[in-house]
Amino acid sequence: MDKKDYLSLYQEMVVIRRIEERSAELYQRGKIGGFLHLYIGQEAVCAGIGSVRQAQDRIITAYRDHGWAISAGIDPKIVMAELLGKQDGCSRGKGGSMHMADVDLNFWGGHAIVGAHIPIAAGLALGDVYQKNDEAVTICMFGDGATNIGFFHEGLNLSKVWNLPVLWVCENNQYGMGTSVGRASAVSEIRQKAEGYGMRNERIEGMDVMNVRKDVSRVLDTIRKEGGPYLLEIMTYRYRGHSMGDPERYRAKEEVKKWEEEDPIGIFRRYLVAEKIATEAELDTQDDEAEKITEEAVQFAEASPNPGKDELFEHIYVEPTPIEYRGYKLEKESEEN
Amino acid sequence: MARMTMREAISRALWEEMERDESVFIMGEEVGVWGGTYAVTKGFYDHFGPDRVKDTPIAETAIVGGAIGAALTGLRPVAELMTINFAFVAMDHIVNEAAKLHYMFAGQFKLPLVIRATSGGGRQLGATHSQTPDAIFAHFPGLKVVSPGTPADAKGLLKSAIRSDDPVLFIENATLYQVKGEVPEDKDYLEPLGKSKVQREGDDVTIVAYSKMVQAALQAADMLAEDGIEAEVVDLRSLRPLDMDPVIASFKRTNRAVVAEEGWRSFGVGSEVSARIYELAFDYVDAPVKRVAQAEVPLPYNADLEQLALPQVEDIYLAAKEVVYG
Repeated sequence: MDKKDYLSLYQEMVVIRRIEERSAELYQRGKIGGFLHLYIGQEAVCAGIGSVRQAQDRIITAYRDHGWAISAGIDPKIVMAELLGKQDGCSRGKGGSMHMADVDLNFWGGHAIVGAHIPIAAGLALGDVYQKNDEAVTICMFGDGATNIGFFHEGLNLSKVWNLPVLWVCENNQYGMGTSVGRASAVSEIRQKAEGYGMRNERIEGMDVMNVRKDVSRVLDTIRKEGGPYLLEIMTYRYRGHSMGDPERYRAKEEVKKWEEEDPIGIFRRYLVAEKIATEAELDTQDDEAEKITEEAVQFAEASPNPGKDELFEHIYVEPTPIEYRGYKLEKESEEN
Repeated sequence: MARMTMREAISRALWEEMERDESVFIMGEEVGVWGGTYAVTKGFYDHFGPDRVKDTPIAETAIVGGAIGAALTGLRPVAELMTINFAFVAMDHIVNEAAKLHYMFAGQFKLPLVIRATSGGGRQLGATHSQTPDAIFAHFPGLKVVSPGTPADAKGLLKSAIRSDDPVLFIENATLYQVKGEVPEDKDYLEPLGKSKVQREGDDVTIVAYSKMVQAALQAADMLAEDGIEAEVVDLRSLRPLDMDPVIASFKRTNRAVVAEEGWRSFGVGSEVSARIYELAFDYVDAPVKRVAQAEVPLPYNADLEQLALPQVEDIYLAAKEVVYG
C-alpha cells in the first residue's frame, strides 16, 4: 500500500460513517422510508475486506448493506439516491435500503431475509467452480443472529460437501436485533459452528482495519490455494440500534461508550499518524473531503427524479410478458429496457 | 412424432437441453446415482457425469438457494424437488428470492432457473405427500408456473422453461408419468410459456383444466359426446402468466364453463378463472361457472377415502351437464 491507498481507505471509512449519519437525519425528516439499518461502528470490516478482495471475488451480504455498497465501489450518490427511492438509485428506487447491488462490481446485494442469502452464496461459488473461474472466492457476510437459522446450516454444509470456495464472514456485532449472542446461540463463539461441518474457522478482531486486511488477505490466499470454504468470525460492534426504530433497552449506555472509544476510524487515524503515514492535517483534509462527498451525494439524490410510472411494470420478467393493471391488460408488455 | 410416456417426454427434454447447452445442469435429491426417484433422470449420471447431475443433501433450502446462486452466475440449473410438498421448506427461496430478485434489483439479476416438482394425490402417500398446492405458487408475480397435461406439451414446455431467462416452477403430476401420447422428435420443439391451448374443440360447453385434469376433462368430453354435448377443453398449461384469451374466446361461443383442478377449491385456480370469466365475458354468461376440485380435507391414506376426496372424471361430466341443462 502506498500513501495514496492509505488515505483513500481512511476516506472511504469516513464517507461510510458520514453517509450513515446523514441517512439517520434524512430518515428522521421522513425522506427515507421503511427500515434503515446503520453500519456505524462496523466500518473496518467492509473497508478491510473491500480493500483486499480481488475483482473476481463476489460480495454478498445481508440488509445492513450501505457500507458494503460503498466499499464495493458504488458511488455514494447512487447509494443515497437508492435510499431516497429515486430513479438514479442502484435499484432505481425499487430496492431501497436493504436491496442494493451492482452486478458489474460483483456486488450481489443486499438481502433482507435473515440468512436467506447464505445458500445463494454457496450457489454463486458453485457457478464459479462449474465455469472454472479458479481464482474466484465468494465472500458472504451475515450477522451473528443469522447463524441460528436453518439457512446458515444448510448453506455451510453444502459448501463443505461440495468444497466450494466461500469465505463465510460472520460480522459479530453481538446482537441479533435486541437479543445478545448469549441469549440466542447455543455456543458463545460463532466460529465453533463451523467445527460441526469440519470447516476451517477463526475468530478475529474487527475494529482495526489493518488487522482485518491482514487476516482476510491471508485467509483468501488459503482458499485460493487450497479451495473449499472457511469461516471467519469478525468481532465488531454497531453503535446505533438495530434499525432506526430500536429503543435500545437491551444494552447499557456504558457498553456502547466503551466500544466507541475503540472506534475503527479513530484507531486507523491514530495508526496512520503514529506510523507517520499521514499527518493530522492531511487526515483533516480527508475528513473535509468525505464531508463534501456526502453533501454532494445528498444533493444528487434529492435532485434525482422519482421513478416514473412505467418503472412499476419493468423487470417483473426478463421475457416480454402481458401485464395487467387494476383488471385491465396493458398494451405494453413488461420487458427489458 | 414418436409415441412415448410423459416420463420419457420429460426425460427427453432434459437430455436434449443438456446436450445442447453446457450451462444446463441438474441438482436435487437422488437425481444422480439413484437415477431420480421417478426415474426421470435415469442414465443421466453415467452419461453427463457428477458435475452436471448433482446429488444434493436432503436440504431444500440449499437446493433452491444454491440453484438461484448458480443461475445468477449465468448457468441454467434445473433444480429438482422430489415433490412439491417439499417446496414449502424452500418457500422463502421460491417466493422471496426467485420471484423477486430480478425486479428488486431493477433487472440486474437474471435467474434462468427451473424448479421441477411433482404434484398431485392418488398414490396413498398420506396428507403431507399428496397435495396439489399449485395455485399458491401462481400467486407471486415474478415466478412463472407451468404444468403440462400431455406428453407433447411436457417436452415442449420444459424445453422452453430451460431456455427461459426467467425462474420457472415446472409442476409434473406424478400420476401422469405413464400417460402416452405423440411427441414431436424435433430437438427444437418448443411450446410457449404463458399460452393456453385448446386440446379439444366443441361448441356446447367450455371445460378449463390443466395438468392431470386435462386428461380427466378429455375423458369427460368423450362421455358428454355420447350424450350429444360437444365440450371444448382448454388447457391452461401455465398458471402464471395466465392466458385467458382462448378461455374467453371459447366461452363467448359456449356461454357455459366448468373449471377443473385437482387442488382445493378455496382460493384456487377455478376461483381465479371463473372470476375472470365474469369480469371479461359477463354478458355471455348463460349459467353459473362450476368449479370441480378436491374435497376440502387433508388427503387420507385409505385408498377409497382418498379417491372420494379427489376430483373424478364423473364430477367433470356431471358439472358440464349441470351447466348445459341447468
